[in-house]
Amino acid sequence: MGRRVAITGTIAVILAFAAAVFVAKRGLPRLWRTPQPAAAAAAPAAPAPPGRKIKARLFYVAEDGTRLTSVERDVAYGEGAEEQAREIVSAQIAPVVEPLVSAIPPGTTLRAVFITKSGDAYVDVSREARTAHPGGTVDELLTVYTLVNALTVNLPAVTGVQVLVDGKEVDTLSGHVDLRRPLAKNLAWVQ
Amino acid sequence: MNARPHSCFSAVATAAFLIALAAALSSQTAQPPSLSLLSKDGRRALPIALVADQEFVALDDLATAFQLTVREESLGAVTVSYKGKTIVLTPDQALASVAGRLVSLPAPPSRSGRRWLVPVDFISRALSLIYDTRLDLRKPSHLLVIGDLRVPRIAVRYDPLGAAGRLTIDATPRAIATVTQEAEHLTIKFDADALDAPNPPLAAPGAPGLILGVRLVDATTLAVDLGPRFAGFRATSQPVDTTMRLVLDFTAAPTDAGAAAAPVPATPPQPPPPPELPPSFGQPLSAFHTIALDPGHGGDDEGVKGADGVKEKDLTLAVARRVKAAIEARLGLRVLLTRDDDRNVPVDERTSVANNNKADLFVSLHANGSMRPAASGASIFLAAFDRDAAQASAGGAERLPAFGGGSREIELVPWDLAQTRHLDQSSAFAALLQQALNDRVPMAPRPIDRAPLRVLESANMPAVLVEVGYLTNPAQATLIAGDAFQNLFVQALLDAIVRFRDTLPGGGTR
Repeated sequence: MGRRVAITGTIAVILAFAAAVFVAKRGLPRLWRTPQPAAAAAAPAAPAPPGRKIKARLFYVAEDGTRLTSVERDVAYGEGAEEQAREIVSAQIAPVVEPLVSAIPPGTTLRAVFITKSGDAYVDVSREARTAHPGGTVDELLTVYTLVNALTVNLPAVTGVQVLVDGKEVDTLSGHVDLRRPLAKNLAWVQ
Repeated sequence: MNARPHSCFSAVATAAFLIALAAALSSQTAQPPSLSLLSKDGRRALPIALVADQEFVALDDLATAFQLTVREESLGAVTVSYKGKTIVLTPDQALASVAGRLVSLPAPPSRSGRRWLVPVDFISRALSLIYDTRLDLRKPSHLLVIGDLRVPRIAVRYDPLGAAGRLTIDATPRAIATVTQEAEHLTIKFDADALDAPNPPLAAPGAPGLILGVRLVDATTLAVDLGPRFAGFRATSQPVDTTMRLVLDFTAAPTDAGAAAAPVPATPPQPPPPPELPPSFGQPLSAFHTIALDPGHGGDDEGVKGADGVKEKDLTLAVARRVKAAIEARLGLRVLLTRDDDRNVPVDERTSVANNNKADLFVSLHANGSMRPAASGASIFLAAFDRDAAQASAGGAERLPAFGGGSREIELVPWDLAQTRHLDQSSAFAALLQQALNDRVPMAPRPIDRAPLRVLESANMPAVLVEVGYLTNPAQATLIAGDAFQNLFVQALLDAIVRFRDTLPGGGTR
């Protein structure tokens, strides 16, 4: 009886070890390949239950109109860095009500986000980002750095952001800010 | 017998010379310089008083010269009126309220007995804003040009070239000169109303006997006094941008000809070809001569649309035209506009205008916009690059085939990064412009910013983008569309350009 129990226990240990090896081989590399957002770093690899949120800093036009101000908001959890980036940008460009004022032109929608291995995020937005832009150097800087900072501040794996419009590279949104290459985080435009 | 009268005459002549010299010296030391007022009616002097090393003029002298009404108010303020427009001065305050706007002065008004004195800058900063004729104050030469007179700045330089020598005379803006030879001097007559030249234009050329100096003969004429070794000259002139350059190449008589006593020949011999002369038609004496102005937006790109219908593209063009006219008339510099009509110009084409014409300064003019109507004030932008870009621009030189055979070290700079090597100078100009604007127009909370602005990155010279104010702020939109604001802005830009030019090696022409 005691010997049978010992054999059963040994088999259980072997099975548990095999299961651990299987998880390690299939699951961990996936985690390594896809950087996780800082706020979700402790989250398990399994799909999140619906309604799960992370805290993210989003950016809006400050009272004086010449800088951004950051606000902490609940943003839907996204599986992996790209999905999380998509959720953050979607929350960032969503219409807001007073007293918040968004630097994203009205009607702008998100088409896609993808992130390269080198940490550059490409944010593809709809044409309204250009056609509905009110112009002005400061306005354009605030629009651009709203998107750049929303990703670089909340996703440490993202080191630069390039804005695309309708799937294409653009020179500028309204004639001022050079968008031909990814821009790094810049908190000088944040109060 | 003959010796006595001769020695007596010598003694009298020497005494007369010493008295004249003493009088000249005493007049130089005792009298502060006066301000020369130059108008179509002629030239007149306005006394200058020195107060704590600042140059002041008396308000009642200005009142007489410009038909101003000066009144002391009960609360101590002094009002200066001209044709319904008023300047208010307050004792102990280095400010003047000009038609409701504040401008700064280098010093407060000062009382001398019953007279009020104001800094000379009062004329350019305050009086010029209410006066109906152009007032061009040229402070270094103590000259005030009233109205549209042709008064070129004259810069004279002498270069010894072995036994020969070259005199270079730049007149900016261009003025044609006619050279004639008299017995012991050359006369250079300019087609102008007057000359803005130091006196003497050239005191001691250091030439061994070829020329003795250059002096002013009258309002539009210079004379070159010839030395004992002078044998002949050749004159050539050629326009260089906004400057007319006159070059006089002198040849020397042989050294064993008893040069000290040799009379100037009535008909000078044809000079031999000058030996190994450097090229005479390079840049003007000032190294700073071309400015590229970029009126932002244009055509279907209207830029910011102001609350009262003002469009950024129209405003920037109007301001650029004012700045161009003022710079060309007052500074004699060449000004290029990247557009002079309502059309959309690609960004690279704007920078190309500046780069291909080797402009010394690039100024892009814009009006700002914000989603918050409270935003206000002028600001200046410099280009910003990330670290990788800065390193890429310092990539070094490459050896490339050269025209005519062989190869040369050519320093290659990517077009998009051309500005990286000028950032220090751009920053210096931005600081000067901020100072000049501070005195005259409302400034944004952060008046100088850096940003990755497309139009600045490719500029291969000092470059800034200036936002004159916010069109999305209704009060600012009305203000910056007005003549008074635009005149103040133009004056600030001119001041900054002059100060910047003077900081450059060989930049000042006076």
